[in-house]
Amino acid sequence: MTEGATETDLFSKFDEIIELRRSLLAGGAEDPFGLVMEKVLSPTRAICNGRDTILLGTYNYMGMTFDPDVIEAGKDALDNYGAGTTGSRVLNGTYQGHREVEEALKQFYAMDHAMVFSTGYQANLGIISTIAGKGDYIILDIDSHASIWDGCALGNAEVVPFKHNDIEALEKRLKRVPEGAGKLVVLEGVYSMLGDIAPLKEMIAVSKANGAMVLVDEAHSMGFIGPNGRGVAEEQCVIDDVDFIIGTFSKSVGTVGGFCVSNHPKFEVMRLVCRPYVFTASLPPSVVATAATSIRKLMHAGNKRAHLWENSRVLHKGLRDLGFTLGTDEPQSAIIAVIMPDLTKGAAMWEALLHEGLYVNLARPPATPAGMTLLRCSLCAEHSAEQVTAILGMFERAGKAVGII
Amino acid sequence: MDRAAIEASIRSLIEPFNKKDVEIGEGTTFAGDLEFDSLTVMDFVAAIEDEFDIIISMNQQAEIENFGQLVDAVTRLSG
Repeated sequence: MTEGATETDLFSKFDEIIELRRSLLAGGAEDPFGLVMEKVLSPTRAICNGRDTILLGTYNYMGMTFDPDVIEAGKDALDNYGAGTTGSRVLNGTYQGHREVEEALKQFYAMDHAMVFSTGYQANLGIISTIAGKGDYIILDIDSHASIWDGCALGNAEVVPFKHNDIEALEKRLKRVPEGAGKLVVLEGVYSMLGDIAPLKEMIAVSKANGAMVLVDEAHSMGFIGPNGRGVAEEQCVIDDVDFIIGTFSKSVGTVGGFCVSNHPKFEVMRLVCRPYVFTASLPPSVVATAATSIRKLMHAGNKRAHLWENSRVLHKGLRDLGFTLGTDEPQSAIIAVIMPDLTKGAAMWEALLHEGLYVNLARPPATPAGMTLLRCSLCAEHSAEQVTAILGMFERAGKAVGII
Repeated sequence: MDRAAIEASIRSLIEPFNKKDVEIGEGTTFAGDLEFDSLTVMDFVAAIEDEFDIIISMNQQAEIENFGQLVDAVTRLSG
């Protein structure tokens, strides 16, 4: 190093976001991205910043986090297998429980192969970056989740986005891919920002007609969309044409972890070549035990599914009747996005709701499409009808106080 | 189509996206001079792809910063 050389502060690129956060908090607002849950009472209630709060932003769709069988399985595994594996799946990190959760997934999806990753993010990162290589083309929806984009960035394929849910835009791009190049189309069942679903039936048909393999991320649909809770592809009767389904344990399943299920005859080779699978420690025994128990219970959760859909319909209609602008005209999933006029009003509304005793997600660019600020509500099958009524009352009071309705 | 024809065509495709009527030259940058955000870039790229029936992948877009580079890239891709 040269004597007296000036150090370039690598953090100066973050100045804009530091300033944005400072000005938001200077207005006296509670930090929307720094909430601490001091005590969690149930899948739908916690003590947040000292207040008894209804949780409406957890992705805990099926309320499995406190299921007694799930908790019991976790405790048993903790006692019998210890706190962690301290190893990669391909070395010392595959226990009986990892095999059992993969068996549970194969049964849940009725597929030949299942591969469990340490998070859903790593499942997308690993599968996408590994199967699409140099010279191949990934054609993906522009509103894809960060883990999908990062999977593209980690690999060496050509990346071609198309307009959100636009079947014609997808088809045009597929037809322009050079002759002979490998094609992977990446779609999501439910898009988590607005809670809208994809026209998978049509999109998978054009993908197959143009010789592409199809990967569908069903993170936000597992457990309650489709006759067996397998997701939007099952609901639209095209699951047999999907080559790879990506999912997560951190939503309906109620713990943490990610997976890919597939019928591809060579799928098992992924365990040897997929770096985000190989070069990280496997999930703790208690986590895979809770996941396996939860997945098996989700196979028989028809009543809970029906109640979750009822909650989604009631909240959607109630918010619309109050005069809020929503992300979808009809409830399409368990996510209901309330569109805010801007970030300042959105943060004020978020805080007013928290003071009312309601937690929702504040989502802002770049995570959101079209630069929107959203208050994202995700419902749980364990929300009672009384809680949903109470939630609507909180939205009404907060919305009027902030001047949004 | 030769480079001049492609340039003229792209010039007219830019118009609806050139909200501030910036004068376009070979060195005009999309992010800096034209202030295109990521959504504008997507719509603009889609318009060009449809016009010339080509793909400009994100990998290729990363190498294109100004008008002249875009004209060169489209000339190459549609050649």
